[in-house]
Amino acid sequence: MRNWAPPLAGTALAVAAWWLATVAFGIPPYILPAPPDVLAVFGEHGGYLLDQTWVTLAETLLGYALAVAAGVLIAVLIATFRTVEQSVYPLLIAVNAVPKVAVAPILVVWMGFGQLPKVVMVFLVCFFPIVISTATGLRSTPAELIELSRSLRAGWARSFLQVRFPHALPQIFVGLKVAISLAVIGAVIGEFVGAEAGLGYVIVQSGAAADTALAFAAMALLGAMSIALFYILAALEHLLLPWARETTA
Amino acid sequence: MIEVSGVSRVFPGRSGAVTALQGIDLRVREHESVAVIGRSGCGKSTLLRLIAGLIPATGGQVRVAGEPVTGPRPDVSLMFQRPALLPWRTVLGNVLLPVEFLGRSKAAHLDRARELLNLAGLEGFERRLPHELSGGMQQRVALCRSLICEPKVMLMDEPFSALDALTREELSAELQRIQLENTTTTVLVTHSIEEAVLLADRVVVLSARPGRVRKIVEIDVPRPRSLGERLAGYGAELRSLLVERTRGSAR
Repeated sequence: MRNWAPPLAGTALAVAAWWLATVAFGIPPYILPAPPDVLAVFGEHGGYLLDQTWVTLAETLLGYALAVAAGVLIAVLIATFRTVEQSVYPLLIAVNAVPKVAVAPILVVWMGFGQLPKVVMVFLVCFFPIVISTATGLRSTPAELIELSRSLRAGWARSFLQVRFPHALPQIFVGLKVAISLAVIGAVIGEFVGAEAGLGYVIVQSGAAADTALAFAAMALLGAMSIALFYILAALEHLLLPWARETTA
Repeated sequence: MIEVSGVSRVFPGRSGAVTALQGIDLRVREHESVAVIGRSGCGKSTLLRLIAGLIPATGGQVRVAGEPVTGPRPDVSLMFQRPALLPWRTVLGNVLLPVEFLGRSKAAHLDRARELLNLAGLEGFERRLPHELSGGMQQRVALCRSLICEPKVMLMDEPFSALDALTREELSAELQRIQLENTTTTVLVTHSIEEAVLLADRVVVLSARPGRVRKIVEIDVPRPRSLGERLAGYGAELRSLLVERTRGSAR
């Protein structure tokens, strides 16, 4: 209980200050809606907002899952084959250097307004941190552990599956957690550029209609989604890697 | 048990090749315990890795149990400066790692693993994870792991140097006890003269750059030993050998 008290108090204080500001300075709701205005939107458009949340969540999770699968695979190849590292790594860095927002309109041209360009956008923003952290983790196996598994005549597969990969997991989770926070951003960028559904689409639409309270409600949902995903991942790490708590806590 | 004949090892370096070892001749008899001492960089760890079959010699030959060493052997175990335990495996799981990796029967070795852990004073810690143990206890687990498959040869690379002085004394006393109970041939690399005279039948003094056998000193003291006057005499002799060498190379 004591752990929950400070963040709750901080949040309550921030909301109170926001509310006070809207009242004290007489700010009109289309500029800055007060907390009750935002809550009212949830009551009015609850079902609609929930549907849009599912759309964004599906894009996020699909793109993220693809990024994890491809990212880990590429990282394994990079950490294993020097030629792959030398040929793929610079390319990856170059691709990552391109601002993802700049790619979004082209994705619409190529793939239209459906789910696909958003999934690709999420994939693009998540891919890089996962590759980097996984490759780094796989390369940082202590020399003694490598020598130990060699002295026990372990082949590549055994050494990889039973020593190097598990040893890299805490480091991989660092990348997974960075990527999950970026994933939601990727989905929203995709929806901003051209969409027919999703929370990002809701924000763009409500901006045009000067329905700021609705935009705030959508933002609140995006924030909640992002936080929830992050903590699910953190809980998963806690559960799967009890031995790593000491080092990554 | 171990025959090292005319072995040299050259490492390619950025500024030319470095000769780590040159013309090393060493015979270790069965059940014998040999310590290799020398200053850092004298190639003593390289010698150990050559015997372990982890790196090939660039000249000469290493034989273990009469066979030329071409790679790691299942009857040669290795212990490092750090415990090198797998942090996600329990203490028991770590001790049984060689059993699993070498494809032996786990069930057949379970009792032996428990016995070794009890012998090392780790009774009741079987299900713990390594991070719950102190450094000394972790190194004991590593010792149990290196004994589980009943190796013919045990190679130890400064196994106590990362521990505090007290734990170190405790562990070397324990190793002495285990040596008396088991008949493993041991090669111990160390830079501690005390450890060398306490644990070894013979001490090989290596000179540095390139690493050569400077002298082999027989420690003629019955076991179990404790650090008394007789060992101190040998210690002084070894120390003077190491110091003399420095003067020699400074000239």
